[in-house]
Amino acid sequence: MSANLQQRTVVTAPARRQPLFGMRHQRLAQRVIVYALLLALSVLFILPFMWMVSTSLKSSEDVFTYPPSFFPTTFLWQNYPRGWTILPFNTFLINSLIVTFANVIGNLISCSLVAFGFARLRARGRDILFLALLATLMIPREVTIVPRFLLFSQMGLVNTLWPLILPAWFGYAFFIFLLRQFFMTIPTELDDAARIDGASSLRIFFEIILPLSKPALATVAIFAFIGNWSNLLDPLIYIRSQDLYTLALGLNLFRGQNFTQFNLLMAVSIITLIPVLTVFFLSQRLFVQGVTLTGMGGR
Amino acid sequence: MALQQQIDRTAARPVGKPKLGKLARREEREFYLFISLWIIGFIAFDAGPILASFVISFTNWSMMTPPNWTGLQNYQRLIADPLFYTAMWNSLYFGVGSVGLGLIVSFLLALLLNQKVLGISIFRTIFYLPSVVSGIAVAILWIMILHQDFGLINTVLSWFGVKGPGWLVQPQWAKPALILMSLWGAGGSMVIYLAGLQSVPQHLYEAASIDGAGPWMKFWNVTVPMMSPVIFYNLIVGFIASLQGFVLVLIMTNGGPANATLMFGLYIYRVAFQFFQMGYASALAWVLLVVIMIITALQFLGAKYWVFYEGETAR
Repeated sequence: MSANLQQRTVVTAPARRQPLFGMRHQRLAQRVIVYALLLALSVLFILPFMWMVSTSLKSSEDVFTYPPSFFPTTFLWQNYPRGWTILPFNTFLINSLIVTFANVIGNLISCSLVAFGFARLRARGRDILFLALLATLMIPREVTIVPRFLLFSQMGLVNTLWPLILPAWFGYAFFIFLLRQFFMTIPTELDDAARIDGASSLRIFFEIILPLSKPALATVAIFAFIGNWSNLLDPLIYIRSQDLYTLALGLNLFRGQNFTQFNLLMAVSIITLIPVLTVFFLSQRLFVQGVTLTGMGGR
Repeated sequence: MALQQQIDRTAARPVGKPKLGKLARREEREFYLFISLWIIGFIAFDAGPILASFVISFTNWSMMTPPNWTGLQNYQRLIADPLFYTAMWNSLYFGVGSVGLGLIVSFLLALLLNQKVLGISIFRTIFYLPSVVSGIAVAILWIMILHQDFGLINTVLSWFGVKGPGWLVQPQWAKPALILMSLWGAGGSMVIYLAGLQSVPQHLYEAASIDGAGPWMKFWNVTVPMMSPVIFYNLIVGFIASLQGFVLVLIMTNGGPANATLMFGLYIYRVAFQFFQMGYASALAWVLLVVIMIITALQFLGAKYWVFYEGETAR
């Protein structure tokens, strides 16, 4: 995949003609304007993050001085442990980790199996089913939340973590689509050769397709991680007892109880964002590739 | 050994001619085995619930008592419900505003990043990052940024002597404030546009130059047509997503002030999980589904006039 991208940029790199005399200045001016715009916009995009960090370090008085100042008068690092211990955030963290990892693993297993079927095996009805799969991406969540809730309450699973975990084990159209697109770029000659040697489909899946698809699988894992980490709607609907709260839900409770303590709120918010930011920075390239492979920017 | 058994079985079978070869049939069986998890999920979590919610929408189910069949009552109530219209209007306002402005902002960002400048990956990261963080932490951050007296935006405005409004407190500013917030996440579609821009064949621009086209002409006659399928796709997906995103609103304003941010999804959530009127909530959800289908169909019809697919012959 990365080779592909690189190749593309090489091919499309412009064949520049020798700049004429006056054009050199024009180019320079254009470049200066582009940089000025990029820098100004970068400041705009980063400013909210800076504001978040600066608020998290302010004292309560600093937060509500008027006119507000950008920098805290004293840097109160203890806002972080203080905020974190007001509620049992450690429990919430563990619940979030359980739910998120169960989702990531469930999505990886179910979606790669299904994607292999759609990408590699011929069958009557396949195209219709694939259309149905894509159509599920168009269904607004609101249409299914009520009946899904009724389903889980019939099963007696309300106020457990199961409703947050189970659906991931039965495939998710966006990931199936992403993986299928990737599997289709792997030459079928590899499968054919293996089949002649007597390999079963399952063996081809495990020994040829999966090892060659690590970047796509990693992309799915990352998207699943980030999507679930910040999921608030499902916990809000299904979770009642506080010892099952996820971080998002805990943060919501915290906000309800301390809505004026912006410094503590921001400190805890930043802690909850750290895993997402870490994953993003470690895997940025995969991220961008995943987005461009499917043409979809997350959810 | 299994294979041997299978061969024996086919050999023993009488003359009747099968439609598919043995291998093809095995492949078909395997296909359905491989996708079986999704089929179960599709029935249990997508198709089943959609049908169920259609049926529930004709009842007065409240979770506490067994449902009664009430016919079209929920739909009659909906037609007379002023909040239904408010919520629909709010969602469409937000959808059109955030998707339209989002398209412009992310496209312009992509154009800027496509200028072959040094450090492009750093700028791309900066613009993309906000679209990655989401959920409640962002909601809390923006409550603060939009705060009337102590917020970031009004602080910056005050440097220029402008007294900013109470973004989330004044009904006429609440929706624009949410749209503004959504623009912060424009980096997500920017990445897609950037990839699209980088794959526009360079020879088209060269040909346009030879014909004497300036940058503006090249933009409208090469870039925009070549990008139109990507733009179209983003419009469709973005609009559907914008009609769904009510969690941020739930936290930031809970539909207020004066129902100015009561989004359609939020209204459904409230009716279902705060008033426990599952029947009415299902009716609302079905209307939403139909509205989305109509809008998507209209977008596809309109696409004929502006979306250009490579390889299509000119009419």
